[in-house]
Amino acid sequence: MTAVASPAVPGGTAARPPRLTCGRGALISVVVLVVLAAAPLFLAPFATTTLTRVLVFALFAVSLDLLVGVTGLPSLGHAGYLGAGAYAAGWVSINVTAEAPVPLLVGAAVGALAAALTGWVTVRSAGVFFLMLTLAIGETLQQVADSWESVTGGANGLTGVPLVRLAGTPLANVGYTYWYVLAVGALGFALVAVLVRSPWGAALRGIRDNEPRMRALGYPTSLYKYVVFVVAGGVAGIAGSLLVAQQRLVTPADLGFLTSSFALLAVVIGGAGSLWGACLGAALVIVIRDALGPSLDGHGTLVLGVVFVLVVYLLPRGAAGLRPRRRRENA
Amino acid sequence: MTFLQVRGLVSGYDRSTVLNAVDLDLDSGATLGLLGRNGAGKSTLVLTLAGLVSPTSGSVTVGGVELAGKRPDQIARAGVALVPQGRRVWATLTVGEHLTLAAGRRTGTWTVDGILDLLPRLRERRRQYAGQLSGGEQQMLAVARALLTNPRLVLLDEPSDGLAPAIVEQIGAVITTMRAEGVAVLLVEQDLHLAFACADEIAVMEKGALVHRVPTPQFRRDPETAGRLLGVS
Repeated sequence: MTAVASPAVPGGTAARPPRLTCGRGALISVVVLVVLAAAPLFLAPFATTTLTRVLVFALFAVSLDLLVGVTGLPSLGHAGYLGAGAYAAGWVSINVTAEAPVPLLVGAAVGALAAALTGWVTVRSAGVFFLMLTLAIGETLQQVADSWESVTGGANGLTGVPLVRLAGTPLANVGYTYWYVLAVGALGFALVAVLVRSPWGAALRGIRDNEPRMRALGYPTSLYKYVVFVVAGGVAGIAGSLLVAQQRLVTPADLGFLTSSFALLAVVIGGAGSLWGACLGAALVIVIRDALGPSLDGHGTLVLGVVFVLVVYLLPRGAAGLRPRRRRENA
Repeated sequence: MTFLQVRGLVSGYDRSTVLNAVDLDLDSGATLGLLGRNGAGKSTLVLTLAGLVSPTSGSVTVGGVELAGKRPDQIARAGVALVPQGRRVWATLTVGEHLTLAAGRRTGTWTVDGILDLLPRLRERRRQYAGQLSGGEQQMLAVARALLTNPRLVLLDEPSDGLAPAIVEQIGAVITTMRAEGVAVLLVEQDLHLAFACADEIAVMEKGALVHRVPTPQFRRDPETAGRLLGVS
C-alpha cells in the first residue's frame, strides 16, 4: 500500500449547517391548508361532512403510518386505539364536559394508555406475529366495547354525545365542526411530521430498515418501538375524539378489523412512510366507501379492493411513488 | 494494557458451532489483522463480539467489563463499534441522518465536524440518501457511523471488500488515525495489503480457532506459513 495522506485530527471544525426546511414543501402545505379551510364556504353540508370524515380518517391513517411506514410495524388492530379514544371522549362529553379541549385530551390519553398497556408485549414480536397480536388486541377491544354495556352502550354504541363546545359555544354547524376537526387534524399531522423528521424519527426509520444495525449502534430498539406504539395510540386517540365530535356516536364497529384494514389500505395506497400519501389514501378510502359506495349499491368495498390490487401492481410505492425521486447531487 | 480479552469463546448458529474456544487479547491503541480462509469463523467472531450472535459459552471482557451474552445495544454503549461486512447503511436515511443517529448525545473525541474533516466526501454527500452513494462512499459512511459512537474498540469486517484502491487507502488512513487515538482495532480482512499496512500483529483463524499470531513484519517474512494457512503465495 502506498503512503496515505495524513488525515485530519478528529474534533475539527467548520461543518455545513444542516438543511432547515424545504420551502416548496412548506408553501404547498400552506396552500393545501388554505384550500381546505375555505372548502365549507363552497361545499354543500353533505360534502362538508364527508370532508370532515376524510380529515378524521386521514389523521388516523397518519398515526398508523407512523407504525407501518415509518417504523415497519404493520398493525391490524390500530382501530382499537381510535375506538378507545372515541369512547373516552364521548363518555367524558356526556358525563363531565364537552368543552374543548377536554374530550380531545381525554381521547389522546386513553388511546395512549391503551397502547401502553398492550404495546409492551406486542413490540417484542415481529412480522406475522406482530400482525396477529395486534389483530387479536383490536378484536379484544371490540369485544370489550360490545359487552361493557353500562359504559359503552354495548352493540347499540355510545349515543347522545353532545356537541363539542368551544369557549362555551356549541359547534352546532357542520362547518364549525369541520374547522375544529381541520385545526386539530392539522396540528396532529404537524406533530407527527415533526417527530418523523427529528433524530428520533430517523432512528425509527433505521429500525425499519435494519433493526440489528440500530442495536449495534447502541439503540435500545424495543424501547423505541414501544414509545412509537404509544405515540401512535395517542394520535389515534385524538382521531377518535374527532370522530365522536363529528358523528356524535361511537359503535363497536369503529374499533373493528374493518376499520383497521381500511386504514392499512389507506397507508398502502398512499405509499407507506409518506404522511401526505396516507392522507391521500384516507381521502380515497372515505370517498369511495362513504360518498360513492351508496350509489354503487353498497359495493364501495369491492371498488376499494380493486383499487388496492391496481395500486399494488402498478404503484408499488403507492401514490407517494408518483413524486419524482430526489436526484443525486454532485454526482 | 489488555483492553479486549476473549477466553474460551464458543459460538455459532442454531446447532452449528462455528467458534471453538477462541482466546484473544487486544491492547488499547493496537490493531490486530485477522485473516483466514472463507468459513474460518472470522465474521462469526466479530458478530459475536458485537452481540449480534449469542455465544454458547466463554468470556468476553472489554475494559474489564464482562460483555458475553449482553444485548448489542449494551455492548455498543460499552464502547464497541462494528463496521459490518457489506456496509449495511440505511438506504432511506441521508448521510446527515446517519451521522446524527450515530453521534446521538454522546460526547468524546470524535465529532460530526471532525469526521467530515476526515472524510470530506461525506460532507459533499450530507443531504443525499445513503442508498444513492457509491460503494466506497457507503463504506466511508459505515466507518464514520462507527467512529461517531466514540468507541474504544472497533470491529471492521472486510472494509475493503469490492472497493477501489484509492478508497482502500483512505480506509487505511482512518484506521491509522483510530490507532493514534488509542482505539483498539480488530480488522478482519482478505486484502493482505490493507492488513499489512495497518495491523501491528496478524492472527490467522482456521476452523473456528486462532491458530497463529505474530507481529506483522514477522508474518510478512514467512511466506511459507502464510501460504499454508491462507492458501496464497
